[in-house]
Amino acid sequence: MIKATVKPLEEILAMIAPYRRVLTVGCGGCVSLCLAGGMKEARELNSKLRAMQEPGSDAEFADITVERQCEQQFLTPLDERTAGCDAFLSLACGAGVQFLAERFPEKPVFPGVNTQFVGVTKDIGWYEERCKTCGDCILGLTAGICPVTMCAKGLFNGPCGGPQDGHCEVDPDRPCAWIAIYERLQAQGRLETLTTLQGARQWQGQVPGSILLPRYRDRYVKDGDDK
Amino acid sequence: MRSDSRLERILTSGRFALTGELGPPRGADADAVRKKARLLAGMVDAVNITDNQTAVVRMSSLGACLIAIQEGLEPVYQMVCRDRNRIAMQSDILGAAALGVQNILCLSGDHQCFGDHPGSKKVFDLDSMQLIDMVRTMRDQARFQGGADITVAPKLFIGAAANPFAEPHAFRVVRLAKKIAAGADFIQTQCVYNMERFESWLAQARDMGLTDKVYILAGVTPLKSLGMARYMQKNVPGMDVPEKLIQRLKGVEKKDQAREGIAICCEQIQQLREMKGLAGIHLMAIEWEHRVPEIVEQAGLLPRPAPEPEQA
Repeated sequence: MIKATVKPLEEILAMIAPYRRVLTVGCGGCVSLCLAGGMKEARELNSKLRAMQEPGSDAEFADITVERQCEQQFLTPLDERTAGCDAFLSLACGAGVQFLAERFPEKPVFPGVNTQFVGVTKDIGWYEERCKTCGDCILGLTAGICPVTMCAKGLFNGPCGGPQDGHCEVDPDRPCAWIAIYERLQAQGRLETLTTLQGARQWQGQVPGSILLPRYRDRYVKDGDDK
Repeated sequence: MRSDSRLERILTSGRFALTGELGPPRGADADAVRKKARLLAGMVDAVNITDNQTAVVRMSSLGACLIAIQEGLEPVYQMVCRDRNRIAMQSDILGAAALGVQNILCLSGDHQCFGDHPGSKKVFDLDSMQLIDMVRTMRDQARFQGGADITVAPKLFIGAAANPFAEPHAFRVVRLAKKIAAGADFIQTQCVYNMERFESWLAQARDMGLTDKVYILAGVTPLKSLGMARYMQKNVPGMDVPEKLIQRLKGVEKKDQAREGIAICCEQIQQLREMKGLAGIHLMAIEWEHRVPEIVEQAGLLPRPAPEPEQA
């Protein structure tokens, strides 16, 4: 899932300073699971922002948390709140922030978190990146370890000449992804996979991505609409 | 002949080749390149011009290559995958070939976190293996990576790097074979200090028939001091500096360590020359170009073959 971290309070404060009534919008999706932008975090953040106001400030911080900010149907509860606020502070990932801004184009929307990566929960409060969403998955060739994400140079024909004691030259605390790939393929009796040159990638995601499932196509594309 | 490279002619004729290295300056300082080039002229058969090594910004490899050519040296244009995508790389390859560059060394490149712009964005559109494959396709099929035709193909002698000491050890020759299959004509290795381990790697390459398919030049770097030896041993990724070399440098006075380092280097070159299947030496005297003439002479590598006229 998507992992995010809360922005520094000073940065948030600077963004919202010109606005009196701020509505902090939590998201019950990914950011809530990584303890960055759920209901609890929205309320905590508002308490901190209130505490940081100058004495006599008339700033108001309200909160609402929707199930997911990346789906329009979950944004409807916000329609009746928009009149009562001067700006939104969204704690969703970058996609959620943009969807909110798209629904309320007349209102400033500020991001309260930094979207970090697609990753896993190693344990509570411990998240690690696993996927660069490159759009052309080769995990089948690399024993389920992504070199695009886990190799510091994103090599397709590793390992490079740099690993020390099984660790990456860039970070001695991080195991070399390609040695891990090698060892796992070896254990599976699939080392021959590594003797084939992996050719230059046709990189996806170089323009904004869009998916339209064929079985839903008729719903959105009228005859003659085709590009 | 795949190129008009003098290095290729020397290797093809079976002579023991010697390449050097020249690190471009941190400024638009043509004289600095000329000065280093003059020290190397006549001492080596070709000179690698590094491409922003250790991710520290320097004069471009291509720019310094041209100055080296003006000084009568044959450059090996080093190209790393860190900073440019395939469009820029192919464009630079065409420009280099058009301006008289005959050799290229395809490298992944040191990660930007080691250099002086750690906040820069890494590119790695291709890795070194894919870069070799791309240059070979450009040269032999006159085709761009994207498939379109090239009007005049870049006739480059293609080099690649190999680290015989890196992990996983059993995979190192397999990776070498992969680079050869991708199109490498010659290989320059990581600095060799551990002769036994290098010889065992070379033996594996020989047994797989790889030394018949590619020219292998063993990397050699003279140790300037005990401090440098210790640094190489502890801090340079993928380097194997045996303790006995450290002890040997420790055994002489500080002022004599440079001389001892050169003596060690010359002995290593002698040992390497005896190894079957080795085609030459790649001498990387890092910021020590002025000591190259004495090393080359002391190692018995002079005179170098005279530049021959190109065959009609």
